[in-house]
Amino acid sequence: MTLLAPATATRSELSVRDLTRVFMSPTGETTQALLNTSFTAAPGEFVSIIGPSGCGKSTLFNVIAGLDAPTSGEVTINNSSILGQQGHVGYLLQKDLLLPWRTVLGNVTIGLEISGVNKKLANKIALPLLEAYGLGDFVGHHPDQLSGGMRQRAALLRTILFNRDVILLDEPFGKLDAQTRATMQEWLLDLWDDFQKTVVFVTHDIDEAIYLSDRIVVMSPRPGRIIADLPVHLTRPRKATVVTSPEFIELKSEILALLATGHTKESLA
Amino acid sequence: MSVVDTPRSIVRETTPLVGPAMDELARLPKHAPKVRTRALFPTEPKGQLVALLAVGIVVVLFVAWQLLADIGVIDTFFWSKPSMIWDSAVIAFTNGTMLDDTIFTFTSTVAGFVIGVVGGAAVGLSFWWSRLYARTAEPLLIAVEAMPKLALAPMIVLALGIGMSSKIAMATALVIIIQILNTHTAVRAVDRDLQTLLYSLGASRAQVFGKVVFPSTIPSIIASFRVSIGLALTGAIVGEYIGSQHGLGKMIQFAAASFDISLIWVGVFTLGVLSFVLYIAVLFLERFLLRAIRGA
Repeated sequence: MTLLAPATATRSELSVRDLTRVFMSPTGETTQALLNTSFTAAPGEFVSIIGPSGCGKSTLFNVIAGLDAPTSGEVTINNSSILGQQGHVGYLLQKDLLLPWRTVLGNVTIGLEISGVNKKLANKIALPLLEAYGLGDFVGHHPDQLSGGMRQRAALLRTILFNRDVILLDEPFGKLDAQTRATMQEWLLDLWDDFQKTVVFVTHDIDEAIYLSDRIVVMSPRPGRIIADLPVHLTRPRKATVVTSPEFIELKSEILALLATGHTKESLA
Repeated sequence: MSVVDTPRSIVRETTPLVGPAMDELARLPKHAPKVRTRALFPTEPKGQLVALLAVGIVVVLFVAWQLLADIGVIDTFFWSKPSMIWDSAVIAFTNGTMLDDTIFTFTSTVAGFVIGVVGGAAVGLSFWWSRLYARTAEPLLIAVEAMPKLALAPMIVLALGIGMSSKIAMATALVIIIQILNTHTAVRAVDRDLQTLLYSLGASRAQVFGKVVFPSTIPSIIASFRVSIGLALTGAIVGEYIGSQHGLGKMIQFAAASFDISLIWVGVFTLGVLSFVLYIAVLFLERFLLRAIRGA
């Protein structure tokens, strides 16, 4: 599949520094959604963010995507600020959010369409990709005619086709059954390999995080903050059996402990 | 150890209550199982059978009317009878202005419907752009909607004259407010996540409107067509009642003034057929538009 990768794949570094976001309710109560959150995703790196619900993951993504302004802090791509600017990163929300009145082709090209690429060219770029990633026979279908896995594939391709170096994936496989999920993980790794994107991936599934990532950022709620930033030292390509390896199990128990206690162990500080 | 003690004390406290309740349940008579051999839901009847029954009912009613009138049970001075109505209809359509009247009413209804539906949808959609504008306009619109717009008819006819424009204005007035309110409801129901997605792709407000908001609301806009077509016809007829030289409404008024009951019936039945035809036309329009958006 590598033949489809852009010949000159650019790669970008995403950096989040001291991000704090305080929400104020109309009655004047304040909620600290994010507190001094900092991390960096190196060019082409696959970083997972894991944490219980309410740890500010969605707020973090909205700020990175430029949809929400932080109370303080900075977000940069290759050292230039992208605060409050939309369209710098590809963002896949929890739902696949395919437009029901558009075909698969119309849905995956919407990012290009909005950036002003003409339809003919957009289709010319999209069609071989749809073919290569298993949606070739469904180009003219509408989303309601697709299975959950195919819908998610279309949504991911839409994100890839938006043609940004950094992509944010917010629990993209959360609603899929276990088997489809495993297929989709492989598929995502193929895409990542082919396109060399910098990926920030939110999940609740520790196995999924370890299996996919180069690094795992563990967050804790109220206020949302990072309590650990752990490298994953498993060689790629990883086989499905990697989940039974001692390194895998050791990392998993470490993350489980972190999530259970919700605070930093001294050894990890 | 409190950990062990707690569950035991719970059991001890609840046992005296649970025991008698369970005995009570055990003593209750058992409901006999039911055997159902018929299908759970009534089966769909054949289309031909439905049509045959519907036509049959109409025929039976007319025959009964004719017979009861012939033997003197129904006073034909007030109620007329099918044979007399038929004679009147033949004269009205061949010698009279009946066809012109029908075309007049049809034209003003369709014009009022189109203006009301398009204008209403445009205003309803415009509410997406500003919450302040929408919130200010909404109570005013609801007040206008609650007011019987038929009361405006004399004023509209005085202002616009007894020609077709006052009929179109009445039809529009009845359609437009409902269409605005329905469209506004649909606009507010547009998926926020879909809009967020487009903003994340760097879309402008106009792009979000054109690619998400407008297509999302089309099914709701189309769904209110069915109500609107009936309202448009009502508006046109009322306009004709107030003052007109043409139209089925004017024709019915004229027949009533000259105590020609049969001719009133001719007008009423023509209106019935007209509204049925318009309704079917709207159903086809709906299906056509929905297919067009899906791009199939």
